[in-house]
Amino acid sequence: MKCEEVSKELIGYLSERADSSRRRDINEHLAGCASCQKRAEELRGIWNVMDELPAIEPSFGFDARMRQRVAAEPRRKWFGLFVPQLRLVLAVGVLIALMVLVVKLPLNNPGTAVTTVATQQEDFNAIKNLGVLENYDVVTKMDALAELTPVAAQPQEPPQSGSND
Amino acid sequence: MLDVKAGDDSSFDFLLQKYRSPLVNFLNRMVRDSSTAEDLAQEVFLRVYRARKQYSPSAKFTTWLFRIATNVALNSFRDTRHRKMEVSIDASTDDEDSRPMELQAREKRIDERLLERDRIETIRRAILALPEKQRAAVVLHKYEEMDYAEISSVLDCSESALKSLLFRAYESLRVQLAPLVAQPVAHRAGEGRPS
Repeated sequence: MKCEEVSKELIGYLSERADSSRRRDINEHLAGCASCQKRAEELRGIWNVMDELPAIEPSFGFDARMRQRVAAEPRRKWFGLFVPQLRLVLAVGVLIALMVLVVKLPLNNPGTAVTTVATQQEDFNAIKNLGVLENYDVVTKMDALAELTPVAAQPQEPPQSGSND
Repeated sequence: MLDVKAGDDSSFDFLLQKYRSPLVNFLNRMVRDSSTAEDLAQEVFLRVYRARKQYSPSAKFTTWLFRIATNVALNSFRDTRHRKMEVSIDASTDDEDSRPMELQAREKRIDERLLERDRIETIRRAILALPEKQRAAVVLHKYEEMDYAEISSVLDCSESALKSLLFRAYESLRVQLAPLVAQPVAHRAGEGRPS
């Protein structure tokens, strides 16, 4: 190990937190390096001096004050356990509202209702005239068809008999 | 802590009993006086209590606790208003009886005590003179006896950054405390003297 590397590892070495292989390397280096040995001694001295700083005990009132402060913290009431979180309530509410809207919207829309009635009337008229539509001769002999150009009239050739069945 | 999270207040009492002393000592070494250290320790416990629902056991409880404590201590340096903190509920705080008791032998001679107090004050001043992060690293390393991994987790830095932080801190202390290393310790010097 180099001196620079050792100097950075000395703290771990002195605090006995360096692993065994590292300690062995540092020991070997210190045995042959007077300057690092001196540095290690100085740091050991500092380490021991720092131990002189005494520990203190919290004051007698510490726990009581702490308990008072904790007791003063706002808490949820017992029935709060049964009250779901506000965000959840809002989400469920919005979901239900959307479902109701989707289900109810077609029934409540007056425009849709009118359309439905009109469609029913058209269907009724179509059924009423069904006999006329089914009468092929009436259709082919319509005056309006005679006004069509020949090109347009060509596809109007009578269809195959099988197709009418 | 998981019991506290589940709403067991007696477990919070257990945490209080177990960690109040290390926490007050850590903060006492981080700030200038013991009464501020106690106020800050109370603040730390209160934060732990408030954050109990968010606690997840991904890290050691002590790492989490000292991370909060370090942040509280560092904020108190930056915020000079900490002296105007909420007045203690316990009105007798300023009484001599309720002050933190230094663990010292009663039978020491007065001159030895004065010398010892002087040495303690020098050590304290040397630690307080360190930059904030170096101070936190040294206190956690030297006095809380945490390993590099835990300290780097508390201080939110890499282990190599922590090593260089500690190296610089101990270098400063080596210079500052060199006179104390040279002087004999008062009570050790007095050992063996006829009484």
